[in-house]
Amino acid sequence: MTLVARNGRSDSLTLEGRVVAPAQGIDESLRITVEEGVIARIEPAEVARTVVAPAFVDPHVHLRTPGREDEETIRSGTEAAAAGGYCAILGMPNTDPVVDSASVLGALVERARDEAVVPTGFMAAISKGQAGEELTEMAELAAAGAAAFTDDGRPVVSAGLMRRALQYSGLTDLRLALHCEEPSLSRGGHAHDGVVAAELGIGPYPSTAESVMVERDLSLAAAEGRRIHLMHLSARESVAALDAALARGAHATGEVTPHHLVLTDDAVRSLDPNTKMNPPLRSADDREALRDALRRGAVSCVATDHAPHARHEKEVPFEEAPFGVTGLETAFAALHTHLVVPGVVSLETLLERMSAGPARAFGFEEPRIEVGARANLVALDLDAEWTVTEDGFRSLSANSWLLGETLRGRVVKTIADGRLVFGE
Amino acid sequence: MSDPRASVAPRRHLLSVADLVRDDVERMLDTASSLAASLDREMKKLPTLRGRTVVNLFYESSTRTLASFELAAKRLSADTMSIRSTGSSVDKGESLKDTALTLAAYDPDVIVVRHPSIGAPQLVARLTDAHVVNAGDGKHQHPTQALLDLYTIREAIGRLDGVRVAIVGDVLHSRVARSLVQALALVGAETVLVGPPTLVPRGMEGLGCEVSHDISATGDADVVYVLRMQRERMGEAFVPSLREYTALYGITPARVRPGQVVMHPGPMNRGVEIDPRVADSAQALVTDQVRAGLVVRMAVLYDVLTVGPVEARERAAIA
Repeated sequence: MTLVARNGRSDSLTLEGRVVAPAQGIDESLRITVEEGVIARIEPAEVARTVVAPAFVDPHVHLRTPGREDEETIRSGTEAAAAGGYCAILGMPNTDPVVDSASVLGALVERARDEAVVPTGFMAAISKGQAGEELTEMAELAAAGAAAFTDDGRPVVSAGLMRRALQYSGLTDLRLALHCEEPSLSRGGHAHDGVVAAELGIGPYPSTAESVMVERDLSLAAAEGRRIHLMHLSARESVAALDAALARGAHATGEVTPHHLVLTDDAVRSLDPNTKMNPPLRSADDREALRDALRRGAVSCVATDHAPHARHEKEVPFEEAPFGVTGLETAFAALHTHLVVPGVVSLETLLERMSAGPARAFGFEEPRIEVGARANLVALDLDAEWTVTEDGFRSLSANSWLLGETLRGRVVKTIADGRLVFGE
Repeated sequence: MSDPRASVAPRRHLLSVADLVRDDVERMLDTASSLAASLDREMKKLPTLRGRTVVNLFYESSTRTLASFELAAKRLSADTMSIRSTGSSVDKGESLKDTALTLAAYDPDVIVVRHPSIGAPQLVARLTDAHVVNAGDGKHQHPTQALLDLYTIREAIGRLDGVRVAIVGDVLHSRVARSLVQALALVGAETVLVGPPTLVPRGMEGLGCEVSHDISATGDADVVYVLRMQRERMGEAFVPSLREYTALYGITPARVRPGQVVMHPGPMNRGVEIDPRVADSAQALVTDQVRAGLVVRMAVLYDVLTVGPVEARERAAIA
C-alpha cells in the first residue's frame, strides 16, 4: 500500500499540553519537540489547556476525483482532512471512471503527489466498473499501490463473486472493505424501516438489508480464512453478527460513522436531505449498540464516510436527494460534543478509535508519540466552542448534518508525516 | 439528548396534519360549514379573497384535488392558475427549486403543491414567501383530504369524538391513510388499520391506532374507509393477486352492516377494493366527500391567508 502526499519540507516545532496516546498508555503533561519532521525530544511540561494526541486516520473518504471535481478534489479533500486533525486518509474508488485499473490508480497517485496535503491512500474496486461481475486485476492494483479493495457505494451482490474476491485477493496482503447491502431488501428505501419511515411514508430500508450481508460476508471470509473490514455499520443485528464472528476467532474489523453514533432516524422528520445517508440513520436502540461496540472495541474505527455533494443535488425533496454527508472537518468535534462531554464514550476511547484503531485495521503504521517517530500529531482545544456554517468548510461541499450547530472541542493544529498541515 | 435536526418550524402553511392541534382542525371545519351554508343560501361566489393569487403546482395527475382547489379559489374570488409538470418547463428539466422561484416572482399569496416526493411542499415553503398548502407529497401527507374526510364524517354522523373508523387496504403506500390517522387521533376518534401484513407497515401504532390483518375488524366500526388498491403493487409482490386481495379484504355488501357508512378517497377500482353494489349504495359517501372537498379547500385557503394554523397556536400559547 502507498500513502502519498505532495513534496515539501518537514517542519520543526514544539507542542505542549496534556498528551493523550491511549494505545501507548500515555496521559501526562509533556512538551514534544519535532525536528525536521521527527519527534526529537519528549519532556515533562506545565499543565496546559491543549490536548495533544496521535493524529487521526480516516479509512473512508470520497474524494470525488476523478469525475466530480466540482464536489471535491484531492487538494480540497485533504485540506479538509488536515482541518479535521487527520494525518492519513483512504479514498474510495467509486469515481468516474471507477478506480479499477492500474492506469486510473496510477494517475490518481500522481495527482496526489501534486495536491495531497495529507498522506492519502486509494482503495481500488473489487469488481470491474463496480458492476459486480468480474474481478479487477488485484495483483497489478496492489503493485500500483492500492490501499485495499472495495466496491463501496455498492454491495457485491453475488455471493459467488464475493467468495472469488476473498480467494483471489489472497495474492495480495490487502483487505476487502465491504459495503454490506442486500439490494432486494433496500430497493426503494430512503430511511430506516422503523416508526419514523412508517409514519412519514418514506420508502423503508430495513436493518436486515445490512445484517444479512454482514452475516454472509463474515461466513464467507471465515470459510476462506481471509480478513475483512465492514464499512459504516448501522444496525444492532450487524454488531451482533460481528461479535459472534469475533468470538469464533474471525479476523474482521468494523467502522462506524459520527452520524450513526450521534443521530437517530428521528432526525429524518426534518426532511432535511442532509439527514439522508446510506446506510440510513437507525433507531436509538441501534445507536446504543454502535456506541457500545465502539466502547468495547468490537468496532475499532471511526470513519467519516465523507461524501461531498453539490448543493443543487441536495436542494431537492428528500427522496430525490443523493445519499451522503460530509464529515472530515466535524468528526472529532461532533463526537466530542455528543459522546465525550455527556460521558457516553471516554476521550481516550474516542482518540484511539480515530487513530490507532483504523491504522491497525488497514495494516499501516499507527501514529505514535515516541522519540524517533515521524510526527503525526493533533492538538485539540476541548473547551473551544464553534458553530458549523456553510462557508466555514475547506471541503468544496457543505452537505453537513451539523450546519448551524454549535460544537465543543476543536482541532487547532495538525502535523501529518512531519509537516504542519493545519494551524499555526 | 435530542437530535439536533429533528424539527422544522412551519409557519402560515398547511404542510402536514402533524403540525396541527385540535383547535386548528375544528376551526377549519367550522369555517367550511359556514361557507357551505352561505353558498347554499346566497350565491356561488364570495368576495373574501378578491385580489389574492392562488397558484396550483401539480407534479402528479389529479382530477378531484386540482379541480376542487381551482374551484375553491374561484368561489372565493381569488385569481388562480394551475401549472402541471407536463407541458411546462419541468418537462425541460427545470428543478423544483427553480420552478418555485419562478412562480414566486409573481408574488402569489398561496402555492398549492402536489408532488411525488415527500418534502416537496416543505422545500417550496422554505424557498418562497407564499403560504404553501400540501395537496399530496409522495406517500407522506395529504392534509386537505384528511380534513374533508373529517368534515364528511361529522356531517354524516354528527360528531367526531369517539367515532370508530376502520381504514382498509394499502396503508403502506397511502398518504391519505397517514394524514387521516393523525387527524382522527387529533379529534378523539378511534382508528383501526386493516390490511395484509405487507401493506400495513409496522410502526403505524405510533400514530395512535390499532392494526389488524383480519377484515372482521371492521365489524364494530362506524366508518369503513376503503383505500385504493394500486394494481402495480402486484408486480412488486406485496400481494400475490388482486383476486386473493379482493377475497380477503374487498368491501362487499356482506362485509358492511346496517348503520355503517363507507368512504373512499377515489379513484375507485370497482370490483377490487370495493364492490360496485357498495360503491353505489346509500351507505357510500363518496360523492359527499367530493362535495366536502370544495368547501374544505375554501376553508383552508381562507385559513392560511387569515388566521393560519401556527399563528393561532402561538396566540393560544401567549394567552
